[in-house]
Amino acid sequence: MSHHDAIIIGAGHNGLTNAAYLAKAGLNVVVLEKNDYIGGAASSRELHDGWTYSNHSYVCSMMRQAIHRDLDLGRHGLILVPYLGTVNFGDGDERLFSYHDEEAEHLELKRHSPHDADAMHRFQADLTRYSQLIRKTLMRTPPEPTSFRPRNIMELLWLAKKFWALGEKEIYEYVRFFTMSAADYLEDYFENDLIKAAMASPGIIGTALGVYSPGSSYILLHHVMGDVDGSIGAWGLARGGMGAISKSIASAAQGFGATIQTNAAVQRVIVKNRKAAGVVLENGDEITARIVVSNLDAKRTFTRIMDRNDLPDGIYDKAKNFRIRGSSGKVNIALSGMPKFTGVPDNKYLNRGGQGFTGSLETMERAYDCWKRGRWSDDPFVESVIPSAWDPTVAPVGQHWMSNFVQYCPPKLASGPWSPEKRDAFGESVISKIERYSPGFRDLIVHMEVNTPHDMENKIGLTEGNIFQGELTIDQLFFNRPFPGYGQYRMPVKNLYMCGSSTHPGGGVSAVCGANAAREILMDLRLTNTVPEDDFYDE
Amino acid sequence: MTTTDPYAGERPKLSVFYPRAKELNIRDAWSVWNGYKFADYYYDAEYEYFCIRNLCATYDICPMQKYEIVGRDAETVLNRMVTRDLKKIGLNRVAYCVWCTDEGRMIDDGTIFKLANDRFMLTCGSPCTAWLRKSAYGFGDVTITDVTDSIAALSIQGPTSCATLKRMGLDGIENARPFDIMHFPYHGKSLMVSRTGFTGDLGYELWIKKDLGLQMWDALYAAGADYGIQPFGEAATNMARLEAAFIMPAMEFNEALRTVNLNHDQTPFELNLGWLVDFDKPHFSGRAALVEEKKRGPKYTLIKLDIEGNRPAEESYIYNDKRCKGEEVGYVTSAMWSPAVKANIAMAMVKTEHVKDDLWAEIYYSKELRQYSRIAKCTRKTKAFWAPDRAKATPPPDF
Repeated sequence: MSHHDAIIIGAGHNGLTNAAYLAKAGLNVVVLEKNDYIGGAASSRELHDGWTYSNHSYVCSMMRQAIHRDLDLGRHGLILVPYLGTVNFGDGDERLFSYHDEEAEHLELKRHSPHDADAMHRFQADLTRYSQLIRKTLMRTPPEPTSFRPRNIMELLWLAKKFWALGEKEIYEYVRFFTMSAADYLEDYFENDLIKAAMASPGIIGTALGVYSPGSSYILLHHVMGDVDGSIGAWGLARGGMGAISKSIASAAQGFGATIQTNAAVQRVIVKNRKAAGVVLENGDEITARIVVSNLDAKRTFTRIMDRNDLPDGIYDKAKNFRIRGSSGKVNIALSGMPKFTGVPDNKYLNRGGQGFTGSLETMERAYDCWKRGRWSDDPFVESVIPSAWDPTVAPVGQHWMSNFVQYCPPKLASGPWSPEKRDAFGESVISKIERYSPGFRDLIVHMEVNTPHDMENKIGLTEGNIFQGELTIDQLFFNRPFPGYGQYRMPVKNLYMCGSSTHPGGGVSAVCGANAAREILMDLRLTNTVPEDDFYDE
Repeated sequence: MTTTDPYAGERPKLSVFYPRAKELNIRDAWSVWNGYKFADYYYDAEYEYFCIRNLCATYDICPMQKYEIVGRDAETVLNRMVTRDLKKIGLNRVAYCVWCTDEGRMIDDGTIFKLANDRFMLTCGSPCTAWLRKSAYGFGDVTITDVTDSIAALSIQGPTSCATLKRMGLDGIENARPFDIMHFPYHGKSLMVSRTGFTGDLGYELWIKKDLGLQMWDALYAAGADYGIQPFGEAATNMARLEAAFIMPAMEFNEALRTVNLNHDQTPFELNLGWLVDFDKPHFSGRAALVEEKKRGPKYTLIKLDIEGNRPAEESYIYNDKRCKGEEVGYVTSAMWSPAVKANIAMAMVKTEHVKDDLWAEIYYSKELRQYSRIAKCTRKTKAFWAPDRAKATPPPDF
C-alpha cells in the first residue's frame, strides 16, 4: 500500500494536465492508467511497422495556448503545425476547395455561388463573435447559478456583463444558436448545398445528432472556436501524432515530480466516512490519498468505479442517464503511396489538407438515420486527413497514413453484438466510400486499424465511445456539466473530483478540464494556484 | 524587329533560380534584395516557417554578397578586418564574424569560409567591396573578387534537410559538423556544401557555379519531394532567425557606414557579440575602441524577452515602471508570436544599467480600425528561444 496526496485516474491528456498542475503546486501525485500506454484518446501508437497512427483524436485546435506556454510543452517536444487546404466532395462531381488564401477562397466560393461567397464574410464575423464569448469562459470555472457565495455571484455578474454587451439582437441570436440545428442555422447564410454541407459537418462530429437535430449548431461552434496561433477556427497536427500532446504533458508533469503508473486499472474508489480516500486496483493493490481525481467520464466514474452505496441519493441515476452516446468510428489506413482523388488538381497544398466526404445535407441526414436504426451508415460522412503529408515522423518516407473519422457508427448494433466480421464490414464501408472518389485507393492499403465505438470503449474507456465524454448539448454544458449542481469539478463525495471532458468545457483536446479542476482542487487544499489565466482576451 | 525595354536599367535582376522560383511563387509576392527580385513569401509565410521547423525549405541566397579573397596575405587582411581570430579557424570551416569601424561600431556581420590557407570566401548581407579594399590597402599579395553573380547559392533548412541531401546523393553529408564545409563532385564540377544557415535549425547551404544552379535545384527538389521541400522567403526567414535570436541589419543594428547620427549605430558588445571579439590577436579594425568599450561596459545591451499576452511588441518602448509613465529604458528591435515556442518573443535594446530591472513593454495595436494599447510584463531569457538538439547533432536525425 502506498500513499499520495492525489491520485488521478486515467492518463489521458486532461488527467496528465491535472497532475502537472497539482505536482507543480508541490503535491505528491500519482496518475493511474489501465493501459500499457498513456494518452487515452490522445495517443499515437505504432501498430504496423513504420506507421504511427493517432489512433483516436487526430487534429488539434482547442489546445489552449496558455497551458501549452505555461507548461513549456515546446521544450517537452510538442510542436503543433497548422494544416492548409481541404477538399469537400459532393455527392456527384462537385468539389469545394478550401484555400488558405482569403482571396483565393472567395473566388472558389464564387465558383459555386456568388451569393454564398459574399455571405461567408458575415458568417465568419458572426461565428467569430459568438466564439469569442465562449472562448472567454473556457478557462474559468462555471458559476453555480443558485449559489449565493460571493465567488459565484461575481462570476455570474461577469458573465452577464459580457452577455449584455452583445446587445439585444445578438442575445436573441445567441440563444437561438444554442438551440438550433446546424442545417437551419446555415440556411440563413448559404444557398449552395455543398457549401452548407461542408459548413455543417463540424456540427455533427462526435455527436449523436444529425445536421437537422436541434443543438447541432452549438457543436459547430465548439469545433470552430479553437485556434492555432491566434487564427481562430484553424486546425493543426501535432508533430509525432496526438500522442505527442499527451507525452509532452506527461513529461512536464514528471518534471514537477508526478508519477505515472501504467497497467494500473482502478477497480473502485475507496470511500471512508463519506470521503474519497484512495483506490483499489484490479490487481488488488490499494493506494490511499488525500484526494482522488477521476479523469474517466461521468457515467464510468459513478456507475463503474464507485460503489452505489457511497453516493448520495440521485447521483447514480444522474450518471446512468448522462447522455453519452457513441456515434463515430475511426479508421486508420496505412497507404503505400499518396491517393489521388478525381476532380482534384495536383495541388500539393490542397492535397496536404483534409478531405471531407460530406456529400450533401441530405446524405448526412440519411447517414444519421442508419445510426438511429442501430446500423452503421451505408453512405457515411467521412472526415479525413493525411498527416504523413506533413509529418515525416508518422509513416515511412513516401508512404502515408490516412486518418478517417467516420460518422455514424452505433456502439450497439440492432443485429446483435459487435464481432470482428462486423467491424471489418464497417471498415469496408469506409474504404468503398473513399474508393468512389479515389479509384485505386484500395490497392494502396498496407494496413488498417478500425475502431468502432465499441472498440473505443474497450480500448480507452470512453463510455459508448463518445469522443467528448458526454454530449455537448445545452443540458450538459457549462454549469450543467456533467450534472446540474456539480459544474465546479467537485463531486458529490468529499475529496473526489473530476477532471475529464465530462466537465466544463467538454471534449476537444483542450487540456482545459484538467487545468480548471486543478485550480479548484488547489483552492480547496488552500495551496497557491499554479494554473495560468487564459491571457488571450484582447481579441 | 527588336524592341529594347526602356526600363531595363531599373528593373530588378533575376536570380539563377528565378525560373523555378517564379513557378512556385503562387502569390506573386516579391520584393528586392541587393538588386535582385526576391520573394517575401511563396505561398504563405507561416506555412514556410513551419516547413523550416517541421520539414525542409530552401532560401535563395544568390543575392547575398560573396567575395573571394585570395593570396598569401588574404588571411592577414581578413584578420585585420574582423574581430574574431581567423587563425583559429581550420581548413574547410566557416566562421561567423563581425567587422567594425575604427570607432568600434559595427559595419556588418557575415561568414568567412576558409577554403585553403590562401583562399577565403566572405559572405554578407550588404555590399562591402569598398571596405574590403580599404582593409587590404598596403598589402601586396591579395586579390578581392566579387563573385556574387557567378555563384548559385541555395540554403536548405529544417529537420529533413540532411535526409534530402543524402537522397540527392551527397554521401557522407551526415558527417558534416556545424560550420563544416564539404565538397562533392557534381557533373564535372564541384558542389560545395556548408552546414550553416540563418534559422537556428538543422540546415545546410549549397554553393555551385552559376551554370549548374538550375540542375542542382531540380535534383534537390526531386530528392526533397517526399521530405516536404518548399521555398521560403524573407518573411519566414525573419520569423526563424528571431526564434534563434540571430541579429538582422536594420532591425537589431544600423550599419555603421550608413549611419548619420553616430549614436544610432552599435558595438558588438551592445549586440551580445562580445564572444566574437578576440583581444588576444594582433591589431584589428576597431580594437582600441572596443578595448575601451569592454572596460566601460556597453551603453545598451541586446536582450531576449518573453512578453506576456499574445500581441507582438513591435516597435514598443520598454519601461522599468509598471505604468510605463517614466522615462523609457529601451526599445524593442524585433518581436513576434512564436508558433513553435508558443511565446510572445522579442529582442530589445535596453540601457545596460536597467537590464536586470523588472521590465514592461507598452504595446500598441489596432483592431478593426481602432487603436488599443496594452502594458505587458517582460521576462528576460538568457538562451535562444529555439535551439533544437538536431541543430547540433552529428550525424543529425533523418527528421
